[in-house]
Amino acid sequence: MTGIVEYIKDVFGALKSLWTGMKVTGYYFVHPKEIVTEQYPENRETLKMFDRFKGELTMPHNEKNEHKCTSCGICEMNCPNGSIEVISKFETIDGKKKKMLDTYIYHLEMCTFCDLCVKTCPSSAIEFAQTFEHAVWDRSELTKKLNKQDSVCSKDIKE
Amino acid sequence: MNIISQVTDSAPKYIIYDFGILTSRIHEWLSSMMNTTWTSVVEMVLIGVVFLSFYALVGLILVYAERKVCAFIQCRLGPMRVGPWGIFQTIADFIKLLMKELLITRNADKFLFNVAPFIVIIASFLAIGTIPFAKGIQALDFNVGVLYLMSVSSLGVLGILLAGWASNNKYSLIGAMRSGAQIVSYELSVGLALMVVVIFAGSMQFSEIVQSQATGWWIWKGHIPVIIAFVIFMIASTAETNRGPFDLAEAESELTAGFHTEYSGIKFAFFFLAEYMNMFIIASIAATVFFGGWMPLHFGNFAAFNHAMDYIPPFVWFFSKTMFVIFLMMWFKWTFPRLRIDQLLTLEWKYLLPINLVNVVLAAFIVLMGWYLI
Repeated sequence: MTGIVEYIKDVFGALKSLWTGMKVTGYYFVHPKEIVTEQYPENRETLKMFDRFKGELTMPHNEKNEHKCTSCGICEMNCPNGSIEVISKFETIDGKKKKMLDTYIYHLEMCTFCDLCVKTCPSSAIEFAQTFEHAVWDRSELTKKLNKQDSVCSKDIKE
Repeated sequence: MNIISQVTDSAPKYIIYDFGILTSRIHEWLSSMMNTTWTSVVEMVLIGVVFLSFYALVGLILVYAERKVCAFIQCRLGPMRVGPWGIFQTIADFIKLLMKELLITRNADKFLFNVAPFIVIIASFLAIGTIPFAKGIQALDFNVGVLYLMSVSSLGVLGILLAGWASNNKYSLIGAMRSGAQIVSYELSVGLALMVVVIFAGSMQFSEIVQSQATGWWIWKGHIPVIIAFVIFMIASTAETNRGPFDLAEAESELTAGFHTEYSGIKFAFFFLAEYMNMFIIASIAATVFFGGWMPLHFGNFAAFNHAMDYIPPFVWFFSKTMFVIFLMMWFKWTFPRLRIDQLLTLEWKYLLPINLVNVVLAAFIVLMGWYLI
């Protein structure tokens, strides 16, 4: 007798669990606002990538054309595939010889967007931008210089 | 020959749209021009052409509908590029399939390999003839319509088995064998579920089953046993058409594409089209048998309401009911995961079949006692 009761319970339990699943999919079917698809080329103007998206490496500059890079080279050491080249120069300020950033070269074509450079930068000088349209006609265009012309490190300036 | 049915029974007054008059006019017009044999031949060709174009059209619409329904259920948009909301996507796909090269695997059985898609498609063609689209629009109106439908719809598995065997591919063969096991078992449930309505309607003729629902659809009039039969019919017929969650015969993740792995181009399109067409046939049978087919919505004795409903053409009723059932099938295809082969057989032999047998007895008892609603 208990076998039959179990059997009937089984059938109704199964129907109930199936209905639970169908309610979820039915909800999505009648709620088009849940759709997550981005119509990419059409919504180019309004499309905003999320903050943690890693598009390309950038070095933010402030309005006085200053960046925070001290040319320590930790990012270059940490980069697993050599996408970063930090070329430094030595200048004498107040009679002291000081290491300064000359050119910060970033190879976008080699970058795997692992985020190790940004994580290890002691002065938070570099960060990832949310841009993603990187297609170019020539590979040389993918090698970028991140520090702007005549920019200086903000830490070197005497108050 | 009973090519175009001429239902000459005393048609009740509420049937406004009687296409039997139109079809018999065409029949008389053709008979006045040629002898009986040629009339039959011309009628057969005409109906064949009509069904072929209908077949292609329904296939295109259903593929598009399936892709859209599946996309919406999965929080996507589906095809959006070809035409507004991607409505020409399936036409583009169809043109692509027509132009593709037809490949045959080495050591494949060429004759069986080529004949298999035709068997599948012919089986669904034979089945579509019995569907009553409106009063008088039904190619084959046998007095054993339900039996005929059951027998021809099970022919399709022969094509699937041959396709799997002739492909000379292990995946195809496994898919075909699974499909065979599946259809042999689920055929029983489909038949017994239809049997319940046959008991209620007292006839196996589709036109009479529809006629018997003039005062209310069986799903309403026949209450508990018919509702159980409808649920079982939906489950078993989905299994019979090899659609998910019973798509073990195809099982993309396990068998690449099952029995049609080795097919390309138009031969693949035949299988693809036959699958969607079988879905349409199953849905229209469910609509005819449980939801009254082309019969408008009638409630017992509300004459004014019933009369207002009669003005909606039967095509609209038929296709809206069919589309509702198709939507149901798509809904649970895209909700449930695929069953394993042992689960599939357990479901049939340990659950659906016993419930179905009890249900048939229950239906017979209710008919005996006359416990109809209304």
